[in-house]
Amino acid sequence: MNSVILATASRYLLTLILMFSVFMLLRGHNEPGGGFVGGLVAAAAFALYFIANGLDAARSILRIEPLRAAVLGLLLSLLSTLPSLVSGKPFMTALWIDTGIEAIGKVGTPLLFDVGVYFLVLGITLTIIFALAEEECRV
Amino acid sequence: MNRLIILPVLVPLTTALIMLLLPRRIAVHRLLGVLSTLLLSVVSVILLNSVLSGGILSLQAGGWAAPFGITMVVDTFSCIMLAMASLIGLTTAIYSIGSVDEKQEHNFYHPLIQLLLMGINGAFLTGDIFNLYVWFEVMLISSFVLLVLEGKPEQFEGAIKYVTLNLLSSAIFLAAVGILYGMAGTLNMADLAMRLPMLEHRELLSVAAVLFLITFGIKAAVFPLFFWLPASYHTPHVAVSAIFAGLLTKVGVYAIIRFFTTIFTLESTPFIHHILLWVSAFTMVTGVLGAVAQYDLRKLLSFHIISQIGYMIFAIAIQSPLAIAGGLLFIVHNIAAKTNLFYLSGIIRLLSGSWNLRQIGGLYATYPLLGLLFLVPALALAGIPPLSGFWAKLTVIQAGLEAQQWLAVSVALMVSILTLYSMIKIWNEAFLKDNPLSGDEGQRGREYHGLSAGKKTALIAPAIILAMFTIVSGLWFEPFFILAKGASLELLDAGIYSKAVTGGIP
Repeated sequence: MNSVILATASRYLLTLILMFSVFMLLRGHNEPGGGFVGGLVAAAAFALYFIANGLDAARSILRIEPLRAAVLGLLLSLLSTLPSLVSGKPFMTALWIDTGIEAIGKVGTPLLFDVGVYFLVLGITLTIIFALAEEECRV
Repeated sequence: MNRLIILPVLVPLTTALIMLLLPRRIAVHRLLGVLSTLLLSVVSVILLNSVLSGGILSLQAGGWAAPFGITMVVDTFSCIMLAMASLIGLTTAIYSIGSVDEKQEHNFYHPLIQLLLMGINGAFLTGDIFNLYVWFEVMLISSFVLLVLEGKPEQFEGAIKYVTLNLLSSAIFLAAVGILYGMAGTLNMADLAMRLPMLEHRELLSVAAVLFLITFGIKAAVFPLFFWLPASYHTPHVAVSAIFAGLLTKVGVYAIIRFFTTIFTLESTPFIHHILLWVSAFTMVTGVLGAVAQYDLRKLLSFHIISQIGYMIFAIAIQSPLAIAGGLLFIVHNIAAKTNLFYLSGIIRLLSGSWNLRQIGGLYATYPLLGLLFLVPALALAGIPPLSGFWAKLTVIQAGLEAQQWLAVSVALMVSILTLYSMIKIWNEAFLKDNPLSGDEGQRGREYHGLSAGKKTALIAPAIILAMFTIVSGLWFEPFFILAKGASLELLDAGIYSKAVTGGIP
């Protein structure tokens, strides 16, 4: 799509929507939100950027191969189960550390798990969107 | 020891992820595939050992207590299934090195096999019905992709039937789960086993039971829900066919055994076992009749899968300790023999260039050892002593006689003869008769002889391993029987299972 307005706006929107997606991710544990929704919102941000600026621009601004992001996300989620295995608790038991700082509060393995889900969803959604886009370019 | 329970799921998942991080390193994929399945085998043997010495193990994921969280349970039965899954995983990982071409390997063949194994292992481990549904989906989605990996038109044709039927079965599964949850308020298998007998409103219990039977019947390919299997199993790459043939339908059988011994007992839903009896007889007969008519090697073997499933269902229908033990022995024997036949059919195809028995011939003259290797699983499948199939069949039939199911027993015996006939047909056509294509002698075995020595070893070694297993489990039958007997007693006494999971508090 060749729209100067959209192309210009998408650069600012990308940052904004990504910030919003991180906000969604972080508020997820106790309120609506979380890694899945956050990841979808982030994927929507990149999808918008791709619509405005084309596939190559979107790929280069993402910097990482989407599938690789998904795999890394899944690994991160897997990693979040390690503390429970090492400490001898049942598998996937949530472990929390109280940072003592009021703005941050408790940080624990569920957050790591959610971050993993975030990247997994982001990666898979973009893998699908980019694959469909490439198919379109070829036709 | 409880922490080990999660490993059969974690090991293939981690392996698949590492493979996906190194998408171009095919050599690493192959090595990791073998290593991971070796590790799985070790883990399952350790688990079996500790279950035999210390009873059923369970793990509450996340530390959430039994009826509320997700439970993973390992009893003798699931250990046996885990061990067989790792054996087939290991041999398939080796066989794939020799048979799968690099293009598919670049298309994530090896990670998909690992994810398939993760789904299968998860289904064997879980103690929660909804979680079982999730593992079924993990397994199915990997199998969908594996089925069409080569992208041939006939694969898509087979996959459409396979995917449609399996999605339908998943939908029925969900409906049944909903009904059961609405009645009992729990989906934990151990908890259900204790609650169902005390349930007040049990009108819908039989509906749920029948829906579960249909779901798992589709997955296990029993009569009359089997037709997706012969329509799809001959289309994928032969290594994929082999692992499907060995494990996927058995997951359905596993679920039927688990559900209709532990959760739905003979007392709560007696009609189910009548249905199962008829289903088993028809499954045995239609499967073997379909096989007799086929000339395509893999279609013939696919129909045999169905026929053999019938024997397992027969054992479940009788439901005496001896019958269940026989059923378990039959599963163990069948997983090894069936997968092996698919491996060997792949080798036969490479040697002769065709799947069609009419165009194959004279293999015994040039490859006598291959012929002998083929006879081991073929005769085991037909139930010739002293191979594993004989003992398994003997136990099932003895249990049938004890239960005075004369009709079903005579059907089982007749089907045995037809099985022998169709195995001899393969032997006669592929090995004994003269090669029909004698004109172009130079063409024969070209594909096989073009392979490197390492690849040839990778093709033959799995067949030898499984043939050894078939012979050894036939000659030293007693430890296997004792194991199966123990597992069946454990299955039929739901109290042991429930107590191990929930600590005995309903």
